[in-house]
Amino acid sequence: MTRRARNWLAPTLFLLLFFFYPLVRVLLLSLRPEFGALPALAALPEFLKVLQFTFFQAILSTLLTLLVGVPIAYLFSHFDFYGKPILRALTAVPFMLPTVVVAAGFNALLGPRGWVNLALMGAFNLSIPPITFVGTLSAILIAHVFYNTTIVIRLVGNSWAQLDPRLGHAARVLGADSITVLRRITLPLLRPSFLAAALLVFLFDFTSFGVILLLGGPQFRTLEVEIYIQALQFLNLPAAAVLSMIQLLCTLVFSILYTRVVTQAVVPLNPRSASMNIRPARTMREKVFVSAASIFIILLFVLPMAALPARSIVHLEPDRGERGNFQPALTLNNYRELTINRLGSVFYVPPVEAVRNSLAYATITVILALLLGFPAASALARPARLERIIDPFLMLPLGASAVTLGLGYILAFNRWLYAPLLVPLAHTTLALPFVIRSLQPALASIPQRLRDAAAVLGASPGQVWRSVDLPIITRAVAAAGVFAFTVSLGEFGATSMLARPENPTMTTAIARFLSQPGGLNYGQAMAMATILLVVTTTAILVIEKIRLPGSGEF
Amino acid sequence: MKRLLLFTISLALLLAGCAPKGPQPLTVLTHDSFSVSENLINQFESENNVKVTFVKGGDAGSVLNKAILSKDAPLADVLYGVDNTFLSRALDAGIYSPYQAAALADIPAEFKLDPQNRALPVDYGDVCINYDKSYFATRNLPVPQSFSDLTKPEYKGLLVVEDPSTSSPGLAFLLATIARYGDGFQDFWRQLKDNDVTVVDSWETAYYTNFSASSGHGPQPMVVSYGSSPAAEVVFADPPVSESPTASLVSDGMCFRQIEFAGILKGTHNRALAEKFIDFMLSKSFQEDMPLQMFVFPVIPNAVLPAVFVKNTQIPTSPATLDPAIIAAKRDAWIQGWNSVMNP
Repeated sequence: MTRRARNWLAPTLFLLLFFFYPLVRVLLLSLRPEFGALPALAALPEFLKVLQFTFFQAILSTLLTLLVGVPIAYLFSHFDFYGKPILRALTAVPFMLPTVVVAAGFNALLGPRGWVNLALMGAFNLSIPPITFVGTLSAILIAHVFYNTTIVIRLVGNSWAQLDPRLGHAARVLGADSITVLRRITLPLLRPSFLAAALLVFLFDFTSFGVILLLGGPQFRTLEVEIYIQALQFLNLPAAAVLSMIQLLCTLVFSILYTRVVTQAVVPLNPRSASMNIRPARTMREKVFVSAASIFIILLFVLPMAALPARSIVHLEPDRGERGNFQPALTLNNYRELTINRLGSVFYVPPVEAVRNSLAYATITVILALLLGFPAASALARPARLERIIDPFLMLPLGASAVTLGLGYILAFNRWLYAPLLVPLAHTTLALPFVIRSLQPALASIPQRLRDAAAVLGASPGQVWRSVDLPIITRAVAAAGVFAFTVSLGEFGATSMLARPENPTMTTAIARFLSQPGGLNYGQAMAMATILLVVTTTAILVIEKIRLPGSGEF
Repeated sequence: MKRLLLFTISLALLLAGCAPKGPQPLTVLTHDSFSVSENLINQFESENNVKVTFVKGGDAGSVLNKAILSKDAPLADVLYGVDNTFLSRALDAGIYSPYQAAALADIPAEFKLDPQNRALPVDYGDVCINYDKSYFATRNLPVPQSFSDLTKPEYKGLLVVEDPSTSSPGLAFLLATIARYGDGFQDFWRQLKDNDVTVVDSWETAYYTNFSASSGHGPQPMVVSYGSSPAAEVVFADPPVSESPTASLVSDGMCFRQIEFAGILKGTHNRALAEKFIDFMLSKSFQEDMPLQMFVFPVIPNAVLPAVFVKNTQIPTSPATLDPAIIAAKRDAWIQGWNSVMNP
């Protein structure tokens, strides 16, 4: 078997078994006549409106995310400053927070009784909250930016950090000003990772579900929301199937567009060690930029989530309902309560177990996704005709509806559904496109000359790989690993469909607490959400600190 | 050598036959809100030499979908969680196998919606408007006594409801208004909309973000929730409170009764154990355990409610009900009708 075919064997088989097979089964079944007529076609104008809105909010969100993400990517790829590692980790945390938690955080900040409104009402003596956040299109857009900016920061930032600065210097010597350097040298070189980030962000916004429902409200309907309603409320599987196919088709079209544009854009240059580009801020302008950008990051990424730990340790009772008479008191009771099985329920989840399960699933997902994604990304870095055909299909898992896929898993695997391994396998299916897209630009940027030079000097293929490829792509591997990890930790839809109650994860535990009334339930949900925040931030910091031997300053 | 082998094998088989059987497996598919005391389950398991495995399948619609999709090779032996809004759908799909449980004889007729006993009633709950007691007390505002009261100007902007397409209590509330107004329900909802009713996607959002008497301290003092929620506010209060900060509006027809059913799935290999489990669910100990685990009410008449329920819940004397077959037939049209008024 040729090397190329061998590279594709494992990832293709994996995707065939765990993605295409369940998907095809549920689609075929749903379109059988015995499941009833296809009223979807009759209601087509309604769905056109839904499709239109889905595109509209996805495109707008993607543009905003790029607008916000590129300057922050510049910040992280060029400057060293106090608190950089933790700020960088914090921008990745939103990605793995379940929407219930994010909605709670935003509400605590910008809701009718959120801090901002309370402050404004107090300052200006208003009786009704001046800011309406939840239930508007702005809420959807801001939440999408909040969630997805990390993709832009990591993908674009990583290649920016490794750009050879000498090209820019040469252009300056020849008389170009900084705008021209940006326009004609930097941006073209960044195009592959920029486009990869744009595609991933768009697909996420296109299939967005929780944000639309919880922060947008009932008047906003996207394809994914409609699929959910048709399948699980109306039990109208044919309509859900038709919508899923439309969604997949759109994903395919965009992926094909991406492959066409990106294969022309890749320019292999000597990637530089990032230390050549990263340095502390020197001029006043740079210092102002660093401070302003850091403050912006804190406002956008940290502040909305700060409400969760705050609410987990503060007592806002007992004078509930009597506004203004809060008796704030610090308490660790909610954390203590997490460890007690107050009602003796058989489904009680000790928090340590939930953390352990989440981390275990995430670790397996990272290992599998990297093992499968690496050969695929290697093959894609040197695309031939085979790659051009396969490439668009690799993005499909991101564009598939979680509901449809979940039902497909039931048909395809039946009693095997209870196997605990199925959860990380499902997560891997979702993480694989990410890993491939993260690794591909980096792998493509390795100049073949370096490899040839090493081979001429006597290195075996394995040594070439270890000493040339690996150091250059370490950052990309770390980024890919972080993505896979966060996708798994924050995954809720597939996990809730597949997980056994004995192996709960942190996200399913949070959802359980929020599904019943009572101060203790709310407090425990906040406490578990805080634990999730701390665990994920720590994990990201750890992954980024992993430096393989020989990768040196990369 | 051969004879020794033959002898050993026969001995092993004999011993295997005589060895005490390990616990039999039983799988129960439930919705996400299912809960039961650990010691009750342990007791059931040891009494019947069975190992019960619970599989949680999402909300009622999700669970039903799974059961229907896996009809030919059932995922479990017992299915619990289909409610009266999905009942007709479940029965038409033919997923259940009838079982004439002995306990059925004592259950009131209002709960036995399936004459063929394929789906057996296990519990009920009422979807009612919960209100913030201190809000109404401090303003000397009387609580609404009927649906038409909700359209009065003194209650403008005070109610939050859930979208019936994405929320089960939201759907139940819509059905209650349909039971009251029939085909004129759209006019009522138009009036509610003019009176600034807030619509959100789910119970979690409505209760924890919008409701003023929950930990979310939201702006609206009335929310569509469950009749048992006031009791839950006491059970899960921190610090402990002596009476609930909320109560339900239980005037005639203002609550919608949701009945939840369990049934043996067709094609199970564990018929005898499945029957025992259904009997267990209809037994006094399980029925009395349910209120504090799932916050629902028992269907058997001699079950005793816990004190916190007796003190803090109000059970409606005549809740709204609708025939499950009519719900199944008209549900889609009703939700579309609601949509056309609320999201034109």
